[in-house]
Amino acid sequence: MIEAQDLTKRYGDKVAVDHLTFRVEPGRVTGFLGPNGAGKSTTMRLVLGLDRPAAGRATINGRPYIQLAQPLRTVGALLEARSMHPGRSARNHLLFLAQTQGLPSRRVDEVLDLVGLREVARKRTRGYSLGMGQRVGIAAAMLGDPSVLLLDEPVNGLDPEGILWVRNLIKQLAREGRTIFVSSHLMNEMAVTADHLIVIGRGKLIADCSTREFIARSSEKSVLVRSPDADRLADLIAAEGGKAIAQQPSDGQAGALSVTHLEAPRIGEIAAANRIVLHELTPRLASLEEAFMELTAGSVEYGGGETTAAGAPSAPSAATPPAASAATPPGSSQ
Amino acid sequence: MTAVSPPPPITAAERPAPPPARRTGFAGRLLSEWTKIRSVRSTAWTLLIFVVVSLGLTGLLTWLTLHSLNTGRNGARDSGILTDPVNFILGTGLGLGQLAICVLGALVITSEYSSGTIRASLLAVPRRYPVMLAKALVFAVLVFIIGEIVAFCSFFIGAVLVNGQTYTLHGSVAGHAVTAHRTLSVSLSQPGVLRAVFGSGLYLTVLGLFALAIGSLIRHTAGAITAVIGMVLVIFPLAGLLPDSWGAHVHAYLPTIAGQLVTQDKPTAGQLLSAWQGFGVFCAWTALLLAAAIFLLERRDA
Repeated sequence: MIEAQDLTKRYGDKVAVDHLTFRVEPGRVTGFLGPNGAGKSTTMRLVLGLDRPAAGRATINGRPYIQLAQPLRTVGALLEARSMHPGRSARNHLLFLAQTQGLPSRRVDEVLDLVGLREVARKRTRGYSLGMGQRVGIAAAMLGDPSVLLLDEPVNGLDPEGILWVRNLIKQLAREGRTIFVSSHLMNEMAVTADHLIVIGRGKLIADCSTREFIARSSEKSVLVRSPDADRLADLIAAEGGKAIAQQPSDGQAGALSVTHLEAPRIGEIAAANRIVLHELTPRLASLEEAFMELTAGSVEYGGGETTAAGAPSAPSAATPPAASAATPPGSSQ
Repeated sequence: MTAVSPPPPITAAERPAPPPARRTGFAGRLLSEWTKIRSVRSTAWTLLIFVVVSLGLTGLLTWLTLHSLNTGRNGARDSGILTDPVNFILGTGLGLGQLAICVLGALVITSEYSSGTIRASLLAVPRRYPVMLAKALVFAVLVFIIGEIVAFCSFFIGAVLVNGQTYTLHGSVAGHAVTAHRTLSVSLSQPGVLRAVFGSGLYLTVLGLFALAIGSLIRHTAGAITAVIGMVLVIFPLAGLLPDSWGAHVHAYLPTIAGQLVTQDKPTAGQLLSAWQGFGVFCAWTALLLAAAIFLLERRDA
């Protein structure tokens, strides 16, 4: 189990990780999702003791990483940045790691077999493709047969076959009861791999819930309604339990509403009963990727997203619920 | 690009069982650092350059200088080969060869930073200081062995060339032409010679650690190599130009200036430190820098 308590990291004035608290449970794949620059890698580095937090702490099975005597036997990690010498062979890279943990060289050959690199293992990694380099990283993570795995963007640079292989490996490892923490900036990848999601943006926790729940909430249906009498309609929709959010009027058209929690036929009936003219009534279904983008819209590092004074992601302009409401206490959903 | 088969499908049954836990402690870290240092080509290349440059230049420069003496060129007489042939032999080849040790010392740590290997290393040993201690120890033993071999070989090459050579020197004293005969002879049994030769290997060992510490502090290959070589070749020797007694003291206590005393068989006039005192000063500087390197290694984000 991985636990982060109030984890904070600053680089100068910039807050990379902002009071993150979460828990990664064993026996399932926990996806760590966020746009580029959201602080995923930094969080992982904090958990692994590579970076020092400005505040808060992270533990693995109840202990800070630095206190693990032979950490690779407990924790395996694949970092996003390449961490091997191009002039050293994969086998020697794994061998020197194994030697620090008192693992026999036989174990190096075993993990090389596991990732299918045995035949090129004595060649220098300079000539390896991105995918092969990634596999060496996975072999290194598996060296000590750890119960906890942190994988930072493990499918980056892999071909479809490699992606499938990593997915299956991750799921298999979780089924064996291990704690699996996998980061990605791709919602669709996480949707098929992760059982549970921790979503961050600008270093802050946005959501901590099961993937099913996240998808259900994110792909919430909305209805686009246009009416010259949008304000009155919005009040009536609210009275019926719906939720209407005014949209920016584009090219001089009548006021538009994005309505959730109410089906299109019901909205039509309300309008008819109150003699309100409708110009448009369109049911919409946001894609997962769109929903994720909207959810994190206020928190994209390089985007034009605005944040409120409190620093919380601003409510998206479309139909998704405000981000803050998406966060649930760690572990409460299972 | 090497073609490589796709990884095999994973099944729980096929996956090998975890090996039994075995306590290793520091021995495992030493073994690990030895694997690291021997498994990159730069180590072998740098050491080969060190051996070739040191032995080659010792032979070449000694031979050339002797040849110049025979043909009566006066410049060769100022080279010190006549007054202190041992120091000449040990100073020529190793004087340039030592730069290879500086490069290797910096490289063994900076290459970890440039390649990202440091992250893998620190994930395996999160306490961090054992990484530096093990690395320093393994590297020191390696440089000590190669350094002593090269120091003794240099000496013997020089000795073979120098021994038995007789020179007739022409000069003038008070207007009268004077002729002197001198037969050169060096051997390990002469006072201070064995210490100087053995001390050369020791000096190279500490120099390697000095470069390792600088490399760890700077963390960039080019910057660290420039800094170390700049200090050894330029800054420290130039400090000899500092005026007055305080200048002489500052110069005498600089790391490699003090450290080189142990490589000289005869003390020079006005020498402030003895050979072993000088070596002690060099060791103290290096220990201080290594301590700073470990302190910062543990403090800084990797």
